[in-house]
Amino acid sequence: MIRYIIRRLLWMIPVALGVAVIVFTLMTFCPSDAAEIILGSNATEEDKEILRDSMGLNDPFFVRLGDFLTDTFIRFDFGKSWVTKADIKTSILERMPRTFVLTVSTLAISVLVGIPLGIIAAINQGKLGDNMCMAFALAGISIPNFWLALLLVILFSVKLKLLPPMGIGGLEYYILPAIAGCTNGIASLARQTRSSMLEVIRSDYITTARAKGVKEFDVITKHALKNALIPIITVVGTHFGRLLGGMMIIETIFSIPGMGTLIITAVNTRDLPVVQVGSIILAIVFSFCMLIVDLLYAAVDPRIKAQYESMGKRRVKHG
Amino acid sequence: MAEKKSRGKGSGNSEFKTILKQLSYNKLAMLGAIIFVLELLLVLLAPVISPYNYEEMDTTAIRQTSSAEHLFGTDDLGRDILSRVLYAGRYSITMGIFSTLLAAALGMVIGSIAGYFGGWVDNVIMRFLDIIQSLPGLLLSIVLSAVLGPGYINTILALSVNGIPGQARLLRAEMLKVRGNEYIEASQSINCTKLRVIASHMIPNSISPMIVQATMGVANMIIMASSLSFIGLGVQPPAPEWGAMLSYSREFIRSSPHMAIFPGLAIALTVLSLNLMGDGLRDALDPKLRR
Repeated sequence: MIRYIIRRLLWMIPVALGVAVIVFTLMTFCPSDAAEIILGSNATEEDKEILRDSMGLNDPFFVRLGDFLTDTFIRFDFGKSWVTKADIKTSILERMPRTFVLTVSTLAISVLVGIPLGIIAAINQGKLGDNMCMAFALAGISIPNFWLALLLVILFSVKLKLLPPMGIGGLEYYILPAIAGCTNGIASLARQTRSSMLEVIRSDYITTARAKGVKEFDVITKHALKNALIPIITVVGTHFGRLLGGMMIIETIFSIPGMGTLIITAVNTRDLPVVQVGSIILAIVFSFCMLIVDLLYAAVDPRIKAQYESMGKRRVKHG
Repeated sequence: MAEKKSRGKGSGNSEFKTILKQLSYNKLAMLGAIIFVLELLLVLLAPVISPYNYEEMDTTAIRQTSSAEHLFGTDDLGRDILSRVLYAGRYSITMGIFSTLLAAALGMVIGSIAGYFGGWVDNVIMRFLDIIQSLPGLLLSIVLSAVLGPGYINTILALSVNGIPGQARLLRAEMLKVRGNEYIEASQSINCTKLRVIASHMIPNSISPMIVQATMGVANMIIMASSLSFIGLGVQPPAPEWGAMLSYSREFIRSSPHMAIFPGLAIALTVLSLNLMGDGLRDALDPKLRR
């Protein structure tokens, strides 16, 4: 198992490098002039040319790419923002925790509400409870979270004046963003849980468990849910990626200074170094989470664990 | 060979009919289809049915709520919101459809190459897709549309890149299953070109998961397209777009919240109808659920 984890961690190095190369290459096509952004549009052409030279922007592409990769991955020097002149590493270290806390708590709410909803729907298949849960879930996947965020602001901040509409501070500032962010997750988890529970619940071993006189609650949680968990974990994983993206917009709406606002502002001001480093960091975080998802598979299903363990010894095709 | 081909075609047709029949039993899916078709008609006929031009300003009616003249009210420049929502739908819905189609087409090429050749070709393609997919969805589109610049076509391109890996993977997985079948061997043995084996034998037999994914994909792409416009990329004002309208309404959220209601409602209704259709299609294609 440890061999598998090490292999996966090592695989993240080419992934991070690959993402860096792709993002850097894309950015060279970006219609944006560093000298103009840094010096302002009034600067003379000579000043701009001197600055471009000193920044190495006139070097050939591969030299710049090499410099960028060594700076980022070997010296961990992320450079400075062209627009705000702030050190990118400091602003990321300052902003990452907020985004992380918001994303993880939103994901936690989605899991804690979505899975029980799906179970309730599956147990009451075809009845009122099922229909209500599924109607809610359908609404949840159809309503875009940035619109929901606006509606929540209108209701709770403008009309009822209960919660702050934007900014950061105490816990109350995170309530609306978390609600706006979690409905999609609740809905897709509830739908997946329902369908995979329905598949499992008809199995013979569930009937056996019931026949033995196992309490219904234990039948559902210990026998059925445990076997239905694999596709649910897949949805949690894919949803995490969506959440990282969706949070960027929710942060913008609620003016939360997190990674999302950092990257989106940088995109709008053509602040390329920030976009590059920000995307790479988010990609690495995302890859870590996908690794955790794969390890969760192994924790849930011993067959998958055995498969992972055998991978160290002989190559499994399409592993 | 001619006989085999015609039989193959015939069975494909009846399969298609069975699926349509299954779909017609599903009331929710039909409801979704009806809503979507109606909406498509409304949006395409926008120049005919919309009461005003989307750019027409009426300084005597600024930020009005719903009334008989302006069913959805007016915005801060006195523009009729109903007309704007209708015209905006042309951008939002077509962006969703075209970006999904483009993603499906490119995904089909990549996925079938990986699935047909297997081995190191497959490995290289899959690892490359791994790298692309490690950029969380929306972020990739944001970066791409920053590079390509705003605009209708560029947004479609930026969105479609996002959908390629998923579609390619689906097709590849299906093709790996199909690859071992006798009819593939048969077609190879009678000297069919690789292109022909892939295009007329393997793809038709492995395409159904892609169709379900594409239906749901349009819904997802519409949300992403409006997200991009919402943060100022994507379609630019004064052209109306649902996400851009929502973004614009944020300034007036205290004084005239009605500006934020209708564009969002339009997105939600479109996405809902597509999801209903997608659910129905998935059930119809699943032999276990057939009635």
